[in-house]
Formats: sequence, structure tokens, C-alpha cells
Amino acid sequence: MTPNAALLLLADGRLPAGGYAHSGGFEPTARLQGLNDAAALEDFLEGRVTTSGFVAAAFAAAACAAAHAGNIGRLGQLDPELDARMPSPAVRAVSRALGRQLLRVITRIHPHPVLATLDPHAHQPTVFGAAAASFDLSPQDAALAVLHETITGPASAAVKVLSLDPYEVHSALARLTGLLDELAVRAAAHALDDPDQLPADASPLLDIAAEHHRSWDVRLFAS
Amino acid sequence: MSARASLTTEHTIDRAGRGVSRVYGLRSQAPLVLRPTHPKSAEPFTRHATNVARVSLTSGAAGPLGGDHFELEVRVGRGSTLVLNEVSATLLLPGARGGLSQMRITITVEDDATLVWLPEPVIAAEHCNHVQDIDVALGTSSRLLMRDELQLGRHREPPGNLTQRIRVRRVGRPLFQQQLTVGPATPKWRSSAVGGGHKSLGTVLVVDPDWGGDPPSARILAHGAAMFPLAGPAVLISALADDTLTTRRLLDRGVAHLGDPWASEAAAAPSA
Amino acid sequence: MTDTHDTPRTRSLRLGVAGPVGTGKSSVIAMLCRKLNEEFTMGVITNDIYTDEDARFLRSAGVLPSERIRAVETGACPHTAIRDDVTMNLLAVEDLEKDFAPLDIVLVESGGDNLTATFSPALVDAQIFVLDVAGGGDVARKGGPGIARADLLLVNKIDLAEYVEVDVEQMVKDAQSARDGRPVLALSKKMPDTVEALCEWVRQLHAAHSRGVHTPTDPGPMAPHFHATDEGGYEHSHESGDSSGEHAHH
Ligand SMILES: Nc1nc2c(ncn2[C@@H]2O[C@H](COP(=O)(O)OP(=O)(O)O)[C@@H](O)[C@H]2O)c(=O)[nH]1
Ligand SMILES: [Mg+2]
Repeated sequence: MTPNAALLLLADGRLPAGGYAHSGGFEPTARLQGLNDAAALEDFLEGRVTTSGFVAAAFAAAACAAAHAGNIGRLGQLDPELDARMPSPAVRAVSRALGRQLLRVITRIHPHPVLATLDPHAHQPTVFGAAAASFDLSPQDAALAVLHETITGPASAAVKVLSLDPYEVHSALARLTGLLDELAVRAAAHALDDPDQLPADASPLLDIAAEHHRSWDVRLFAS
Repeated sequence: MSARASLTTEHTIDRAGRGVSRVYGLRSQAPLVLRPTHPKSAEPFTRHATNVARVSLTSGAAGPLGGDHFELEVRVGRGSTLVLNEVSATLLLPGARGGLSQMRITITVEDDATLVWLPEPVIAAEHCNHVQDIDVALGTSSRLLMRDELQLGRHREPPGNLTQRIRVRRVGRPLFQQQLTVGPATPKWRSSAVGGGHKSLGTVLVVDPDWGGDPPSARILAHGAAMFPLAGPAVLISALADDTLTTRRLLDRGVAHLGDPWASEAAAAPSA
Repeated sequence: MTDTHDTPRTRSLRLGVAGPVGTGKSSVIAMLCRKLNEEFTMGVITNDIYTDEDARFLRSAGVLPSERIRAVETGACPHTAIRDDVTMNLLAVEDLEKDFAPLDIVLVESGGDNLTATFSPALVDAQIFVLDVAGGGDVARKGGPGIARADLLLVNKIDLAEYVEVDVEQMVKDAQSARDGRPVLALSKKMPDTVEALCEWVRQLHAAHSRGVHTPTDPGPMAPHFHATDEGGYEHSHESGDSSGEHAHH
């Protein structure tokens, strides 16, 4: 039986891992590019989920597979590879902060030996993958959870940033469910890749926006 | 058509007893032609360097067509300095029978060696279908400046499909890796999170072991341009704009901020 | 949390300061740092809504070395950061305790939200709720979890009472009756005796915490009529007899 309930727990935005403080680059992008409606949000989400979201999902799948196999060495190789795929220091810092917060939560709520082997500052996808494995979830589940978070985080931030109609925002999320499932399958296909062959799809505007955001004095979200 | 070109440099002592960089393994195969050359214009890094080898690449009048497989291999030998530039922009075109065109570039920069690689923009014409792979291997004390510019479609033309993979490793460890995929097969390329419909984008990657763990800090260069310190002794300058001239100007502006030895004389001068 | 195993020496007294925007949370923290600087080593975490303005204010006040004041960004959800999802704050507090060990007290300022936001016991050992007279004399009577069950309720800016036509004595009385006898202090940064009373309360709390006899309690987010159980209530004693050092008890 697939542990579906555990997947829901892990993907739930109410998991107290600090995700609510982040807009996944939506706040700066909305300001820099003048985004102002739900269609613009949907376009942003699709771009994010097919690039950095897909990379994160593939790494989570790889981490999950490595954790299942007890391959600690391989788990340790993923973070430097992720660093190389995140040119923006702001993006790297956020990914590691979110990873640290997630690790803290999972360690508390569901202790498992594999979690203890992780770097306390591991990137979020690495922790997601290991956490998924600790619940006996598959690499594809780990990928799906990460993809889900990739779009739901910015979407709920957008409701505040642009005062969007939450129904319209969730219509967009509903339309993207098929894409998420498809990306999860593709990401999971990389679960056993050599670390240097893992996806590296770039989102150059997100990287640039992240540095703009860092430089602002006034902002609603931490990223 | 398949073509391979390669080039190796080494550091030697000339008759006057001065250290020089010598090109010794220059192999061209039409339409990929490598030629020793002279300084083209103000170039980064070489202001204080006297022992520089310069080579220029031509990839034919109309660069890779569908079906073409090109390979370029460059080895910058220990202690030598190479400036590799290009005669003109590369235009990617569809082939008569469609098909994929490929360009594979493999670069090794040995210890104490420097590569300044300044290719001209790659232009993805409509209906092209191209994959470009750039693999760079660096040693602990290697230096690198590598520019990369893409133009998506010619004037008033949407681009064909282009996939570009760049992978830079330092002593076997990952330093920079990214893949860009644009064109009709990847409509989300135009998303505000990715390329935002810009027609031109580019990067300059600079690796300088002298920076150690503390490369120049992050800097915003424009709405669509920034400089990022990587997780290593390196910075990436990244710019998106509506035309290649603007992209080039933004990239140059970033390089100017790097100061000695990377800024070119022209860029280091106060901008007019 | 696992931290309950920590001894009082490696783990500070974590004291939350909550209350609506502008009632004087940052000022109270600055005041405590300034006054108690000689007795305790302290650190501060701020939770700003839009900026790190609170952290900047405190740094510029020069009451603590600036590296001991850190800001946590709460993504426009200040109540979530101290209640439903305290992970960011918890890590920030622990980092501060680790980087400047041993700290005696870490003050956590909530990003002033509204009357219902209170700290989770997973984050702080005790909390102060700050009201001011400018908010009107009725606020205290209206109650709410912070007003009713915080370890200490401050009625701040009493120097302004006459201008806003608030009867301080009455406001304090109302608050006391809303609080089942838990302590209420009237405060003004311009009245040294009130400031001293606040400092004394903190000293008593710290002493109780160090002896391991202070147990965090939870005001509860939305439960003004909740009554503390034996496990959740206070167990520390009140030898001092100084009224300013009075602690809540059940
Ligand atoms: N008159 C008077 N003003 C005060 C007192 N305490 C704070 N203030 C002022 O109230 C304003 C808000 O204080 P602040 O500490 O920033 O409030 P916070 O938003 O709760 O942190 C500032 O202008 C303070 O100077 C006081 O005791 N008396
Ligand atoms: Mg404040």
C-alpha cells in the first residue's frame, strides 16, 4: 500500500517549517515586471515549476532514492551539485534555511536515523527527499511534494502581494495539477542519475529578482 | 556534416628568455577554423599579462545547420594564457531535412593557466533545432573568464529550439551548472520566472582562485541584470535584455566591477 | 521541545513580548536591555512585518552589541511565527544562544499584530503583553488571550493618560479582574519607579527559571476562558514579597 497519508502530511503547507514566510520569488517578480493578475501568476508558476521546481524535484527524488539505499555518500554529493545550480546567493541561502527548518521539524515529529546523517544546513530538496524516504515514500512522491510546494508557496503569497481572488488563484493551481504529475514522473526518472547529470534548468529572471528582493528595505516576504 | 577542431597551449621560454604562451596543437576542420590572431579590442584580464596566446574561431558563413555535429576541444596548458575569441556571431539554422545540430565544446584549463573565452553571440534562427554542450574542467589554480550570449531569433523572428548546457567543474567538484531551453518546444521559456520574453540573454562566468571563499559580493546591475558570487571562488554575471548590444553592455558593466585584473582597460575607465 | 532537557546555564530564559503595533514593545525591550545589561547577558530576536525596522531601532539605540539583535522575517504572518509555526524563531533563538553562550535572557519581540496573537510555549518560557493607554481604557476589560493570560500585562505610556482621558487606576483594575490575579504593571519610560518594577519582575522570573521552578504556560490563541491546568500552571514560588515581583499563580 502506498503511504498516501504521509505524502499529504509532508506536502501540507501547514507543516511548521517556515514556508509561509516565502513567496518563492513572486513578490520581487511581481514588482519588477508589473504582474497584476491571476493569469500572470499562473505564467510565473509554470515557469518556476518547470525550471527550478523541476530541478528541486529531481534532487528530492535522488535524495529519496539515496536515503532508501542507505547511500550516505551520495546524499552528501547532492548539496554541492545544488549549489552549482543556484547562482544567486540569496536563492542558495533560502534553500538551505528552508532545508534546515524542515529537517528540524521532521526530526522532531518523526525521528529516523537517515535524518541524523544529513548536514544540518542541507538544501531543502535534499531534506525533502530524505524525509520522504523516512516515511517510506517513493522518489516520485518526494518529487511531487516538492513540486506542490514550488507552486503553492508563491500562490498563497500572491494572494497577499496582489490581493488576488483566492478562487482564481486556486483555479490556476487546479489547472497545474496535471503538469505537476507529469513533472513528478520525469523528475523521478532522474532518481538514480549520477549527481553531475541531474537536471540543471535555469531560471535567470528568478535569480536576478532574488537579489533585487534582498536589497529592498521594505518587503512582505523573506524571499 | 561533422567537424572537429582542437587547440592546445603551453607555457615556454622564448629566445629572449621571457615566458610566453605558445599554441602548439592547432587543428581545424572546415567549417571550424582556428587561427592565431591579434588583440581584437579591449579585452579583460590581459592588461598586465605579456605572455598571452590569441586564437580566433570561425565556424563558417552560416553556422551549424540541422544535421551538423561540431566539436571543439581546447586545452590551456599549465601556466599558459589563452584568449580565444570569435570572428563573428554564430547563426543556428534548420537543415534541409530538419534534424538536430550539435556543438560540443570541451575545455580544460590546467593549473596556473588562464582562459579568456569571448565568443560572439549565438543566434537561434526560427526553426533551428540545436544542442550546445559546454564542459569546462578547471584545476585548483586555473583562471577563467567565459562569456556566453544568446539571441533568440533574428529580427522580428521567434527562435527555434535551442538547448544549452554549461557545466564547469573545479578539480572534479561542481562549480557552475545550468541548462537553458528555449523555443516552441518549451513555451514556458517566456515565463516571468525564466526569460520573460527577452530576446537576448547572456552570462559571464569568472573564476579566480585568488578570491578564495570570498568572491566579489552580489550586485544588481539593472532590472534584468545582476552579479552573483557563486559557492566557490567565482562570480556569474547574468543579463537579459531586448537586444544583444544591451546585454553586452550590461555584462561589460559587471566585469568592470571586478576590477584588477579582470576589468578591461576600456571597461575600467569611468563610463562616459 | 528537546530543549527542555537543557540546563538553565546553556539555555536562556526566553521571554516573549507581544501586543498591538505601537504600544511600546521595542521600547520595553530597549529599556530592559539598558537597565539589566550589568546583571544579565541578553540577546534579542525581532519579528518584523515588512522590514527589519525593529532590529534597526534596537541596534541604533545601542543597548546591546548589534550582532546580538537579529531579525526574523515572518512573511506578513507575525502571529504564525510565534504560534502555529515557530520553527524560524526557535532556530533564531537557539543560534543566538549558541553564538553568544551563555546568554541569560533572550527577548523575542512579536511583529505587533492584534490582540489575539500570543506566543506558543514551544517558543518562549514566559511572555509579556503590552497595551498602552492610547489604545483606550476599554481594551483591558475586553480581554483576549494575551491580556488574560500573559505572564505579565503592561499598561504602557501612562504619562499620556491625562491627554487621552484614560483613568490608569481603573484600567489596571479592569485588567486585573480580566486576569484572575495575574500581575499587571503600569509603565512609563518617563517614570523610573515603574521601570524599576518591570525590571524587578524580570529578575524574579529569571531567578525562578534558573531554579527550574518556572513552567511555561500557554495563554492559548483564542480561548479567553481557558483555565490553566495543574500541569500547565505556574509552580514557582514568590519569596520576594515585593509586589512588583508578583507572579501569576493559580
Ligand atoms: N509617551 C510615551 N511614549 C512611549 C512610551 N513607550 C514607548 N513610547 C513611544 O511609542 C511609540 C511606539 O513604540 P515602539 O516601542 O516602537 O512600539 P512597538 O510597535 O510596540 O514596538 C514610539 O514613538 C515610542 O517612543 C512611554 O512610556 N511613553
Ligand atoms: Mg516594535
